[in-house]
Amino acid sequence: MKFSLSWLKDHLDTDADIQAVAAAMTAAGLEVEDVTDPAAKLTPFTVAKVVEAARHPNADKLQVLQVDTVDGRKEIVCGAPNARAGLTTVYAPIGAYVPGLDVTLVEKPVRGVVSNGMMCSAAELELDGDSDGIMELSDDLAVGTPVSAVFALEPVIDFEVTPNRPDWLGVHGIARDLAATGLGAFKDAPIPPVKGTFPCPITVKVDGDACPLFSGRVIRGVKNGPSPKWLADKLTSIGLKPISALVDITNYLSFDRARPLHVYDVAKLSGSVIEAGLPADTSDFVALDGKTYAVTPDMTTISDASGVIGLGGVMGGASTGVDFETVDVFLESAWFDPIRIAQTGRTTAITSDAQYRFARGVDPEFVVPGLELATQLILDLCGGEASEIVVAGEAPARKPDVAFDPAYVAQLTGLDVPHDKVETILTALGFGVTKTTPWTVSVPSFRRDVDGKADLVEEVARIYGFNHIPATPLPAVAPKNGGVLTPSQARARTARRALAAYGYSEAVTWSFMPQGYAKLFGGGSDALVLANPIASELNCMRPSILPNLLEAAGRNASKGYPGAQLFEIGPVYFGLEPNDQKTVIAALKAPDKARHWAATGQDALFALKSDLLALLEELNVPVASLQLVQGSNSGWWHPGRSARLQLGPKTVLAEFGELHPSVLKAMDLDGAYVGFEIRLDLLPQPKAKSGKSKGALSLSNLMPLTRDFAFLVAAGTASGDLVRAIRGADKGLISEARVFDVYQGQGVPEGQVSLAVEVTLQPADKTLTEPEIDAVSQKIVAAAQKAGAVLRS
Amino acid sequence: MSTYSDLAAEIEAEILTAQDLAALDAVRVSALGKTGRISGLLKTLGALPPEERKATGAAINAVRDQVQAALDARKDVLEAEHLSRRLQSERIDLSLPAAPRARGGVHPTMQVMDEMVAIFAEMGFEVAEGPDIEDDFHNFTALNFPEKHPAREMHDTFFFNPDENGVRKLLRTHTSPVQIRSMIAGKPPFRLIVPGRVFRCDSDQTHTPMFHQIEGLVIDKTAHMGHLKWVFDTFLSRFFETDTVITQFRPHHFPFTEPSAEMDVRYSRNGAEIRIGDGDRWMEILGSGMVHPNVLKACGVDPDEYQGFAFGMGVDRLAMLKYGVPDLRDMFAADTRWLSHYGFSGFSAPNPASGLS
Repeated sequence: MKFSLSWLKDHLDTDADIQAVAAAMTAAGLEVEDVTDPAAKLTPFTVAKVVEAARHPNADKLQVLQVDTVDGRKEIVCGAPNARAGLTTVYAPIGAYVPGLDVTLVEKPVRGVVSNGMMCSAAELELDGDSDGIMELSDDLAVGTPVSAVFALEPVIDFEVTPNRPDWLGVHGIARDLAATGLGAFKDAPIPPVKGTFPCPITVKVDGDACPLFSGRVIRGVKNGPSPKWLADKLTSIGLKPISALVDITNYLSFDRARPLHVYDVAKLSGSVIEAGLPADTSDFVALDGKTYAVTPDMTTISDASGVIGLGGVMGGASTGVDFETVDVFLESAWFDPIRIAQTGRTTAITSDAQYRFARGVDPEFVVPGLELATQLILDLCGGEASEIVVAGEAPARKPDVAFDPAYVAQLTGLDVPHDKVETILTALGFGVTKTTPWTVSVPSFRRDVDGKADLVEEVARIYGFNHIPATPLPAVAPKNGGVLTPSQARARTARRALAAYGYSEAVTWSFMPQGYAKLFGGGSDALVLANPIASELNCMRPSILPNLLEAAGRNASKGYPGAQLFEIGPVYFGLEPNDQKTVIAALKAPDKARHWAATGQDALFALKSDLLALLEELNVPVASLQLVQGSNSGWWHPGRSARLQLGPKTVLAEFGELHPSVLKAMDLDGAYVGFEIRLDLLPQPKAKSGKSKGALSLSNLMPLTRDFAFLVAAGTASGDLVRAIRGADKGLISEARVFDVYQGQGVPEGQVSLAVEVTLQPADKTLTEPEIDAVSQKIVAAAQKAGAVLRS
Repeated sequence: MSTYSDLAAEIEAEILTAQDLAALDAVRVSALGKTGRISGLLKTLGALPPEERKATGAAINAVRDQVQAALDARKDVLEAEHLSRRLQSERIDLSLPAAPRARGGVHPTMQVMDEMVAIFAEMGFEVAEGPDIEDDFHNFTALNFPEKHPAREMHDTFFFNPDENGVRKLLRTHTSPVQIRSMIAGKPPFRLIVPGRVFRCDSDQTHTPMFHQIEGLVIDKTAHMGHLKWVFDTFLSRFFETDTVITQFRPHHFPFTEPSAEMDVRYSRNGAEIRIGDGDRWMEILGSGMVHPNVLKACGVDPDEYQGFAFGMGVDRLAMLKYGVPDLRDMFAADTRWLSHYGFSGFSAPNPASGLS
């Protein structure tokens, strides 16, 4: 909403300038969006008179003008068709900044004739009006009159009102708060009633629910026409277009008093009864904006004998609107159910000034005073004769009194406000204070947001000033032993740091993705589809982070940056319940075509496996006891190039490998994308220990020794199983077993593979003798044989 | 005697002309080997009369020592030359590129999240978490949102389709539901922060349908707005790591707090760069207030016995402000060039000793 400084001064006696007003509004809780002073940018522009206009010697469409200006007579080149001798218009001197053109004038010849300034159009000054030529002003204006004075331009404040304060949607209400802060004296003169001289010929009815209170009166013999200048200027200053005196009066009171009103042309009404409530008739309705709206049974409507003639509190109907021919009017002032008004606004997408105010709840006790105020304005501006007032229904009750201990201000805010100051502030805001113990505070009818003592504390604190609240240290609490993160939070944090160090860039991607992608990755059930997604490609909660990383990697590649290495630690969603959300650690390496002179590039999948195992190690997962199972991964993995790490078939901690080519194809990707996804919640917690001690370390003094074995296994055998079997052959002696060569070809039978394994023996208490070493070797060969491997001879 | 010195001179000349270790060794053998010239002289000693033997032996030994010394010296020279040649031949071009190593990084939002947790941990706050998919009670009703509040509408909040009982779940619009869950599950006093993802039906240059918040909650018997102000003052100067943060604390309205306040921070914008601390613009960075008595009641906390405050901050927005990120939408685009420019080393975990980043 906007208001001008002079408008505010109608309700507040103050010398404050616009900046001081804006600062006081901010301090009181009104969010100032913008302060504009349109006069400021028009300072260089003044009224001038064209004395002579002659054809430009070198251009048909230009004229050379002799102009009387504030700077004396000037020769000015002008291209406007309406430039002529005797015209009163606007002069801009050399050096002036012309806002509508965004240029500063310099002296320069135009087709050989120097122009000593410029004649301006309305658009060039960013004023409303015709822009076909230079401005045409009244000949009464003296040369040198500032343009800002001609157009009565004044500073305007644009601000946001929070939904709890509908009383701030009128300048009067803002003035009350600003007066309470000490910015000036509140002008709150009583509104004298206008005595009706005849009974109202129209009766009104309400349903008491959609419309609890409806009042009105007829004013006959009015003469509608353009508004007087003061009213038109007021509306123009806040960006409203003056229409006619009758309409402008209702708009004016909407902004002045947060009191929307409506006027009907009595001659266009059918019958003599106006009813406000839920509609009996739901045929379409043509509103004042000329559009047709479908009336639904839950909308508050105004009806006469012809049917619906208005959407109460939202917009009047075209059929009964006033115009310059209107003679008798019915003036309406009512209170509508805010919730229905809000709903109707959303249904019809009408955002009128009236709808905005009624939806937030206007002052129910200002219905009749508002009617009186409007009546007086109509009589003053349009003449006529007012009937008596008709009223149906009653205003909703006020909020109940609040029991209030003024000491609660300090308890809740730390502000030490003297109790008499508390009383002064509350009284200035319209509250009634009775000093019982505790105080009894009555709530004014326009403050339907106040329910309890905390609300009163807010009133006192914001008027007294939040800047006075003393910063007070919180009582210190001892830092928690072991930190504040849960084990899972700490692991996520470690994983983030580790993966960044391994060369992966952390991404943060949407929690939603296309349902089609979700389906490719085991999710995408309709239950997890949003009813109102922001876009169709963001319509489903993600079952995996990998599709988002794949999409991002593809996006980078298409921009010319392939080979992305990304990770994300975040939620995936398997259902709607809190426990269905799990945190995963996902990483992805896109195929990288970069070549290296030494061509020592490691296989991407095994490099990823190395990162995965290093990460799990970092997270204190007992990696040695994990089972690596190949061939049973989820469907989005390459069946031959992916595996899972599990503690048992039901506890799959991670899946890794190359993504399935069909999945990639469905995502418009191609190449060997490798990645992993770890379920953070399934990682086993390290065994609870008492204390932080790592335990004693016992190191053998004896040299470890190694022995190499070559085994033949059937192609397709998991080498990991063989190694595991060998490690188990003599747990006391064998400290490590590792495949160091894989060979297929000459010397190895078809369908078999030769695996070379280096086994490390770590003697514990004495050096091994040859027979002992032979005995271990035999155990190793026997264990390997059980695992399906034959010692190569 | 002169024959001896002639022999010595002759062998020394041969030693000096030996061009490699093999040639030198040949000279050694021809001089000192079993059948060498000096060895041959020694064999002649036996035929000499005893009185000459001693002097002649000494003379021959002197020649032998002289030759041995010359051999050793020449060997050192030749070995040094040999090493030098080998080193020459072993030269490699170290301007060739090393094996490529991707430089990873931590996302600025997550870095800032870690920074915030570190700062609040020192003030005694614990970290709580809750689900992204919420219900009406935790996201709205318990937080004192009126029945028909606009935030409950489809144009503000993401909803799922209603289930068979007509109940529709939603994506939390703020981290505040975790306040509710924490208070219902625990007993006061509370001092906690809640980092997490939040969702709103909004998408333009300054809004994304998903972003991150950190929620704070302090409930005890005395916590008031002065404490709240101190927490912000402390937090902001620690967070921005500068002495020139200028803030403004002003009244506002939220359904779940009473009184409510927002805090703005001064900033300037130069093209795409944002600078905190100076400038003539205010940016709203957090909403806060004293927890509404209705919220406490909804969680089974007696508002006549306990009171306290809550606050919420946009993490992405604070990351943008602190690290000069111009566009919020880029935060979620996973552009690798952007990530490497705005990302943080894995090793720069915030800690009080080395600073936050």
